Amino acid sequence: MKWIGVALVAGSLLLPPLFAGDFYINLASQILIAAIFALSLNLLVGFGGMTSLGHASYLGVGAYISALLTSRYGFGHGAAALLSIVGTTAMAAFFGVIALRASGLGFLMITLALSQVLWGLAYRMSNVTNGDNGIAGLTRPAPFGISLDSPISFYWFALIVATFALVMMATFVSSAFGSSLKGVRDQPRRMAALGFNPWLIRWITFVYAGFWGGVAGLLYVYYHKYMHPTSLSTTSSAEALLGVIAGGSGTLGGPAVGAALVVLLKNYVSAYLERWNMLLGLVFLFIVLVTPTGIVPGVSRLTTRLRGGER
Amino acid sequence: MTALTFGYALEVVNLKKTFGGLTVTQNVSLSIRPGERRLIIGPNGAGKTTLFNQISGDLRPNSGSISLFGSDITHLPPYKRAHLGLSRTYQIITLFAGDTLEHNVTLGLLGLRRARWQMWRPLSFYGNMTTEARRTLDAVGLLQLATHPISDIAYGERRRVELAMALAQQPRVLLLDEPLAGLSNTERATVKSLIASIPRQTTVIMIEHDMDTALDLAETVTLLNYGRVIVDGERDAVIADERTREVYLGT
Amino acid sequence: MQFWIIQGLNSLSLGGLLFLLSSGFSLIFGLMRLANLTHGAFFMLGTYFAATAMRAYDGLNIWVAALGAGIAVAAVGGLFERLVLTRLKANPLGQVLVTLGMSFIISDACLMFWGGDSIPVPTPPNLQSPTRVFGFVFPTYRLVLVGCAIATAILLYFLIERTRLGAMIRAGVDDRQMARAVGIPVSNLFTLVFCLGAGIAGAGGVLGGPVLSAYPGLDADMLPLALIVVILGGIGSLLGAFIGSFIIGIIYTFGTALFPELAYIILFLPMIFVIAFRPQGLFGRVST
Repeated sequence: MKWIGVALVAGSLLLPPLFAGDFYINLASQILIAAIFALSLNLLVGFGGMTSLGHASYLGVGAYISALLTSRYGFGHGAAALLSIVGTTAMAAFFGVIALRASGLGFLMITLALSQVLWGLAYRMSNVTNGDNGIAGLTRPAPFGISLDSPISFYWFALIVATFALVMMATFVSSAFGSSLKGVRDQPRRMAALGFNPWLIRWITFVYAGFWGGVAGLLYVYYHKYMHPTSLSTTSSAEALLGVIAGGSGTLGGPAVGAALVVLLKNYVSAYLERWNMLLGLVFLFIVLVTPTGIVPGVSRLTTRLRGGER
Repeated sequence: MTALTFGYALEVVNLKKTFGGLTVTQNVSLSIRPGERRLIIGPNGAGKTTLFNQISGDLRPNSGSISLFGSDITHLPPYKRAHLGLSRTYQIITLFAGDTLEHNVTLGLLGLRRARWQMWRPLSFYGNMTTEARRTLDAVGLLQLATHPISDIAYGERRRVELAMALAQQPRVLLLDEPLAGLSNTERATVKSLIASIPRQTTVIMIEHDMDTALDLAETVTLLNYGRVIVDGERDAVIADERTREVYLGT
Repeated sequence: MQFWIIQGLNSLSLGGLLFLLSSGFSLIFGLMRLANLTHGAFFMLGTYFAATAMRAYDGLNIWVAALGAGIAVAAVGGLFERLVLTRLKANPLGQVLVTLGMSFIISDACLMFWGGDSIPVPTPPNLQSPTRVFGFVFPTYRLVLVGCAIATAILLYFLIERTRLGAMIRAGVDDRQMARAVGIPVSNLFTLVFCLGAGIAGAGGVLGGPVLSAYPGLDADMLPLALIVVILGGIGSLLGAFIGSFIIGIIYTFGTALFPELAYIILFLPMIFVIAFRPQGLFGRVST
């Protein structure tokens, strides 16, 4: 059963380029990027019990650093990517120290406030970020001399990075450290009494999540070849959080599925009407009120029931 | 031999804790020798659990000091105290309900090992830890349930898992917060013999309301009331003491 | 010298505005343990109501508009609390997420109804002429804003400390179970406090209108300021919200005047400082 699922997923990821048109291939690339981003947020929300409303900070800053270094300061893509990841991770290390002074709602409010400040900064420091006009005319890198300009080549590139990211994050949460992390999520006091350092465990996870948020940001800016402050907005954080919750926080693949749904919804709705934020809000209400544990756990519970399994 | 080097396993001096205007621990001093079995008794609200929470580091005292085998731990966070050999159980069971018994006890082992920082190998890679967890579960008579989740087992069994998590750590000082609470008579007997079989390398300090069982396990007794030590000493002397009767009978 | 006095008065008027925004947030958080992320949207809703009403009825008194918008926004908030939030009593995280969702809905609805251009709110005619303060000319309306904030603070103080309702609210803040046990209708109290908080934000939005005008994104500009004020002052503390508002008012005004590009970074600093050394905030009792 499990292998059928894996085969289905692998098939659906490997086949589209063979017959789908550019529109769908690009959509698939966007889904992969959103999936990496949602998976990184899930490390915090699902496995660490730290609900962040400011995860767009890492995607946005990662993307901005690369965009600015390549377009304004003449850096090559390799060096820019490296600096962008290092910079984003360092920022996560700093923000983590601040936000982890609190937990629960305090943590949520601090992460939100920090990301809103960055968003305001991106709008207002227009001599650096070009403000509301955004930074246009960006290029994609050409790793090993292979151009990523065509939709298909970019899709393969995103697929490789996304697969690697998934494997790395899955290894992280199923490691001994991952067990410590889940323990701290459920019973922090108990874990401290057993000899675990809850703060450090959370902080390391926060930094790791920031790192993968930065990676998602790099892919994001490569894909769009354009950078605008909205990528730092609460909407951007909320979309990722919706993906995590809709797919099932604390499950391995759920957030990727959730992210895919959010991207598809956004694309199809935007084609017909401009009310994406309103729909996003409504979906939030719906998910929280109707399927609080998420779609993937909900569906798997349903299939177990249909197959006559217990519970 | 450690006894000769350090004098006391746990020494609490003039501990004081207030919540707002309410003083819950007042000038509490305890000196507990290595290997001792100490029972802490007192009416509800006497400050017993609050005292444990200060010893384990969950609460910070307002003043006073706590030392473990001669080293001052008053300002150490809970996890550092655990690494110095202090373990505890909780009055209200705090286990990982969705995980198996084996996993719960393994977490106890993991807490004291470097492997807890290992980010690419799963817990199951450390077979010796699993073996040890199962050995401890065997000791508390729960081996047959090792692979069941906590949510599947009965209350009395959960109490024993609590104990197993602490015992697996082979602590030098073990704090037991009402280990017999809510158990049936048979379970009581099981847990009693379990506690009696804890090796003498471990100093045991226990809060318990069930005197009949607990007094058999204790060598020394401390009576707390309104956050103060009322009587402190050898078991029989404390039981016979006038003040003990006053606290319990109100005469 | 003139610069410092003018900017000082500007700081005070921004501080007053921030108090009108954040006192409701703090009140709701204090009683309900709910981070109401719709608060910025409630504020913006008030501003749009005022802009529309005062343009439709020329010469409409701003105080009447503030009262009307306050009641209207309180009603919206009350409905939201009754229909949605009460269903999520045992799920604080779910509550935050629906307030976030609600803020998206309101903010997009405003964009739909009022369009993307900023709509100015007229300053009341009798307050248009400037006032001379220490020989410096200063817009009267901004001084009135400070007065409004102080009046609101005093009213809230009396409401909470001196009335029966306030006593019930305080009991609910201290121990919800106990309050319920002695027969305080906690659920109704929650709705009432949520309405009150939302209403103050709505009325504050009207009063802020002549200074800020109504524009899409006003909610996203105001919410972080409210968050920073309450994190700084201590979540759930009215005094904290009051002092925090004026501190942020001063820092933001002088920051914008002296280092226009860095004002937003300067906002960070007091917050980080407080979180580092006093995580419960300046006047907070509990750390969150």
